Amino acid sequence: MGLAARPEHKVVSYAPESQEGWVTSRLDFLVNWARAGSLWPMPFGTACCAIEFMATAASRFDLSRFGMERMSFSPRQADVLICAGRVPFKLAPVIRRIWQQMPQPKWCISMGACASSGGMFDNYAVVQGIDTIIPVDVYVPGCPPRPEGLLYGIMMLQKKVMNERMSDQSIRNEMEPDPNSKLYIPPPVIDELSEPFGNSVHQTRSGL
Amino acid sequence: MNPSADRIRAKFPAAFVRADVVWGETTVFVKPEHVFDVIQYLHDDPNEQYAYLSDVTAVEYRDLEQPLEVVWHLRSITFPAFIRIKAQMQKDKPLRVKSVWPIYKGADWLERECYDMFGIEFEGHPDLRRILMWEQYKEGFPLRKDFPLRGRFSRAEQLRQALAANPEARYSMEELQIADAFEDLPSDMRRRLLGGEETGE
Repeated sequence: MGLAARPEHKVVSYAPESQEGWVTSRLDFLVNWARAGSLWPMPFGTACCAIEFMATAASRFDLSRFGMERMSFSPRQADVLICAGRVPFKLAPVIRRIWQQMPQPKWCISMGACASSGGMFDNYAVVQGIDTIIPVDVYVPGCPPRPEGLLYGIMMLQKKVMNERMSDQSIRNEMEPDPNSKLYIPPPVIDELSEPFGNSVHQTRSGL
Repeated sequence: MNPSADRIRAKFPAAFVRADVVWGETTVFVKPEHVFDVIQYLHDDPNEQYAYLSDVTAVEYRDLEQPLEVVWHLRSITFPAFIRIKAQMQKDKPLRVKSVWPIYKGADWLERECYDMFGIEFEGHPDLRRILMWEQYKEGFPLRKDFPLRGRFSRAEQLRQALAANPEARYSMEELQIADAFEDLPSDMRRRLLGGEETGE
């Protein structure tokens, strides 16, 4: 299916004849391995990408190979938010609240062009990329992406999970932008600085 | 030509403007102040019986000189018939027309959508709020020709306003107080609600 081979993780020194009953590993690896193998997705399907997502979950592509067969339709029991489809501004506070309701550790996959960048909907009603609302780990391009594309994104996410360190707590910090910080740039200034190319908040693509 | 058009011309000579046939569908242009009476007649008269209001919408033309049109699509089930009523509204005057909600209760959301997208005020509508955009939306009416495609505010400001919205705030008190509407529900629904939810155990 054109998928990359799963990375080899050199784990264990295990020689049963000499070290009866002993397995050694890094705690990091063990925890990450458990997490990566049982990511429960919270499907947030708003458009045609959700159809491809359903196909991915069905038997032909079989999401359960990745420990994801348990769709969590409740954010409090979910690990991965898979946003499949465009998000209008009216839905922006909803998806942010769902993200806030998910317990740590949590990840987010932005599936498809619309979720990642607004796609063709460069208009008054659609959020120009959900990364302007919530942090995104993996972007899956496509309109909509084929199930193989989503599977590749999921495997990238698993790779990312495998590389996390428990000692590094900073990746779990959720920070709201602090307007008093010296590093803070207000959004209108960002708009101004990024002309004429635009940024993820303000995109300049057509002459309209 | 739908024969109802001629009957409207005979019965409401002051309201009738003209009637067109396009692709077999009859359009009757009516003066805005008489639309309610014409639709009341089409609904009530035994020879018409237009029992189904399938759409209320509006059209604004690219030519800015052209008036804005409000459109009602009516369908008769008894005599399979379709008629389109149009009212031309001058843009320099307030866009007001009488609501057909007293005749068709289904006009409620259709008129709310028309108000949301075009800013047409339906007088006599019981609850004229935005329906597609959120209620605190301040940028105007998106389907009007003078509305820029990306809206009037910057993306940053749009996002800030959207995130400041409370997802639960869109519901009116009427929608939240289902219990108050209990007496108005049909009897089978009341019986189901009284019996409680079956969990299937």
